[in-house]
Amino acid sequence: MAKYDKKTIERLINGDLTWNELKPIISGRKDPDRFENVLEILQEKVPWKEKIILPLHEHLYIVSKNEQRIVKCDCGYEFGDYQENWKTKCRIRVRDTVDEIEELYPKYMGCDCDWEELREYFCPGCFTLLDVEAVPPGYPTIFNFLPDIDTFYEKWLGRKAPDK
Amino acid sequence: MEKSLGWNGKSLKSMLEESEKFFEDTGCYYAIENLTLKEEDPFKFERNYASLRGALVSARETALHVAASPIVKEIGELCFALYTPEGDSIVVSTGILVHVHTMSEAVKFMIREDYEEDPGINPGDIFLNNDPDCGNVHTTDVQTLIPIFWEEELIGWAGGVTHQIDTGGITPGHDLMAAIQRFDDGVYYTCRKIGSNDKIWKDHMINAKRSVRTPMYWELDEKCRLAGDLMIRDSVMEFIKREGIDYYKRFIREAIEEGRRVFLERVKERSIPGRYRAASFIDAPFKEQAWQPIAKINAISNQPLEIIVKENGTLSLSFDGANAAKHNAYNCGKGAMEGGQWVLLTQILIYGDKVNDGAYFAVEKNYPLGTWANPGDPYLSYQTPWGNLIPAYTGMMKCLSYGLFSRGYREEVVSGYGITGDAIQGGGIFIEGPLEGQRWSLSTFEISGQGLGASAVKDGLNYGYAMWNPEADLGDVETWELFQGGVPYLARKLKPNTAGFGKYRGGSAFAGIGIVAYSKEVDFFGARDGLVFHGAAGMHGGYPNATGYRLYAKNTNMKEIIKNRGEYPLGDPYPENGEFEKYLQGDIIRKPYCTIYPVNLQNSDIFYYMQSGGPGYGDPLERKTELIKKDLHDEIYTKDIVFKVFGVVTEYDDNKGEWIIDEIATQTRREKLHNERKENSMTFEEFWKQERSKITDNRLSEHVNAMYSESLELSDKWAKEFREFWKFPADFKMEVK
Repeated sequence: MAKYDKKTIERLINGDLTWNELKPIISGRKDPDRFENVLEILQEKVPWKEKIILPLHEHLYIVSKNEQRIVKCDCGYEFGDYQENWKTKCRIRVRDTVDEIEELYPKYMGCDCDWEELREYFCPGCFTLLDVEAVPPGYPTIFNFLPDIDTFYEKWLGRKAPDK
Repeated sequence: MEKSLGWNGKSLKSMLEESEKFFEDTGCYYAIENLTLKEEDPFKFERNYASLRGALVSARETALHVAASPIVKEIGELCFALYTPEGDSIVVSTGILVHVHTMSEAVKFMIREDYEEDPGINPGDIFLNNDPDCGNVHTTDVQTLIPIFWEEELIGWAGGVTHQIDTGGITPGHDLMAAIQRFDDGVYYTCRKIGSNDKIWKDHMINAKRSVRTPMYWELDEKCRLAGDLMIRDSVMEFIKREGIDYYKRFIREAIEEGRRVFLERVKERSIPGRYRAASFIDAPFKEQAWQPIAKINAISNQPLEIIVKENGTLSLSFDGANAAKHNAYNCGKGAMEGGQWVLLTQILIYGDKVNDGAYFAVEKNYPLGTWANPGDPYLSYQTPWGNLIPAYTGMMKCLSYGLFSRGYREEVVSGYGITGDAIQGGGIFIEGPLEGQRWSLSTFEISGQGLGASAVKDGLNYGYAMWNPEADLGDVETWELFQGGVPYLARKLKPNTAGFGKYRGGSAFAGIGIVAYSKEVDFFGARDGLVFHGAAGMHGGYPNATGYRLYAKNTNMKEIIKNRGEYPLGDPYPENGEFEKYLQGDIIRKPYCTIYPVNLQNSDIFYYMQSGGPGYGDPLERKTELIKKDLHDEIYTKDIVFKVFGVVTEYDDNKGEWIIDEIATQTRREKLHNERKENSMTFEEFWKQERSKITDNRLSEHVNAMYSESLELSDKWAKEFREFWKFPADFKMEVK
């Protein structure tokens, strides 16, 4: 059974492990306490006090606040109920012209805006880029992931969620 | 009627029905609730499984050296599998694992069609299949299946599949663009008996070789597959002699049930229950290109994927909302859909342990009828289902990665992968040299070395990934030139700016240039994304990798350049300021799309082709500057892109011979980009109004309009969500322009 110390997991999260350190972690059996360890590290890392229930994204967490489960950015911005798509609370830039696509991609190497557009979803608090969608114009916003938190904790981990 | 071939006097058909009923009633494969053999003697069980797996890997490695075409031999475009009498895979070799469940469907097809009665299934019989409508991906993948008997009972099947360079379709090639109906796809063998007494019939071989453009490779590969199948049969015989038939019969059931349980355990170990969604797209720009009137349309595929991870660890996977099948080559049969799913599951979740059809039994699927994912019309073309399969299943990788991330296994996250293109193809006839008069075929399998998506802790793998073959390898130029001798290489090198941007960038890709020589009647075409970003974009703020485009030159002065030892193009690092335009005289053709119908080329014409990078992960402004410095040195990105996208200010120091990062200027540039995000973005409400008006003001292009119209027609659920999202009335429809 694999087990890694806290420092190693911290360095993994920060992208600081060398390939020689990372490779055995990828190839080997998984450490069953990883979820708890990551949760603990992230809780120490964020600048706010709400209890993290589930890491959702590089910058977003489902946290418990006032008996509600909300999505919160590490900058402190709150997106509201986790069952609603957090992208609908974002600031959004749509790149739907040739000039806007060629601000990022060399000529010929980006999409044609008659076919597709790029949507950039920013956190309204810190303006970190949280998601990029490449979709045809008029496509509904995609709700990437809606976790079943209580089933996860109660049926898979065998305990109540931290807010229960 | 002759005696039934199944166990205990049953027919194969009743065995298959019984197996399906057992699973439906108990949820366990073949109603196996206890792994008795494994519990009684786990070491013996594992030793036996390993012996079979070793036998299959050995069959693959040996067979490709017995006889095989260059593609098969060079990069191992083949695999073998052992099946139960009903066609469920027990154990597989390494190789193009996309095919393990495809051959399973072929066996089930033969059983359901009563092959037991007619044409009969006897010891030593050989069956050939390449029909995508009954257990294959496309006609170019050719399968050889043999039954395995113990005394008078059929106890299983051995199957092998190789990828052909050509199967005699409407044009030379292995992933045709000009095929729009079944009759364009090349020679079809629908689970056909082609031999007996372990010998391929002469009349079959004569017919097959006259049906394709590369008869020698066809024959070599048929021998390769049969050799491997026979080796597997021998190994099964040895197994039974060693352990007894009763042990074998129970063992194969338990091995599959264990495979199913391993899958469930792996899901519970690494994922989170819940609902995951992604949407992918691909362009088919044939309005101006198609020869056939019915095919003259531009089309974009809608590939919405929903995965539900259930409490018990099973997955439910649905492409509900996919748009309609088309008169193009991108249609997918069940074998293709299952194959695509299977090959990714084996890479993301079930590598190691028991890799077999147990995983198939742990996943519910929905491939909606009438869509590209299940056309329900065998007369359409299924020649290049990869056009839909490859982008569509990027969504699966992304969905599973959301779960892996939340579970803490960030090192397992993969944001997606590059499309395996530019799949350049074609062929011609030598007009001089030792092969004068013979056909050559352009079919480079360099496509098996693309960029992989970034993970949540590191950059993606450069030019080392193909979704359909976990043992990706772009191969040696010298080998490819063996069979595509009419287009010698002028160059092969890294293509900058192909990797998807992100905190961790996607894998990068390479490009090549070929020149037509010593030939006549040369067809040339290629395929990959061009007008859309293939797949489901990046992850957590990462961008999609660059799209492809088409570049070639006709009527060139290459003869003169070669004679004078002048400079010629070695790449296209800056498409706006191209080397083709700089060094060549002639007609230089650049198209914003990459997928083209065949064009005719002459000697001294040259073409460029670029492979695909992988998508990125995370916000590019968070990428460490030391990594950017390395990117510049490695020619992953150019200075202008690094400035524009990553906000990094650099200069190349000629004296030191290295890129120098201006950290202060970089900080200022990044702050500026950050501020531009505030200025150039809008609220969701503003976005919603703006985006909705594109639909209500009739500003969508014809092909995007058609895509929505088809999806709304084909799925009530998708249509309901679409209408609710945009607050359209319940009877809202999109008029096709």
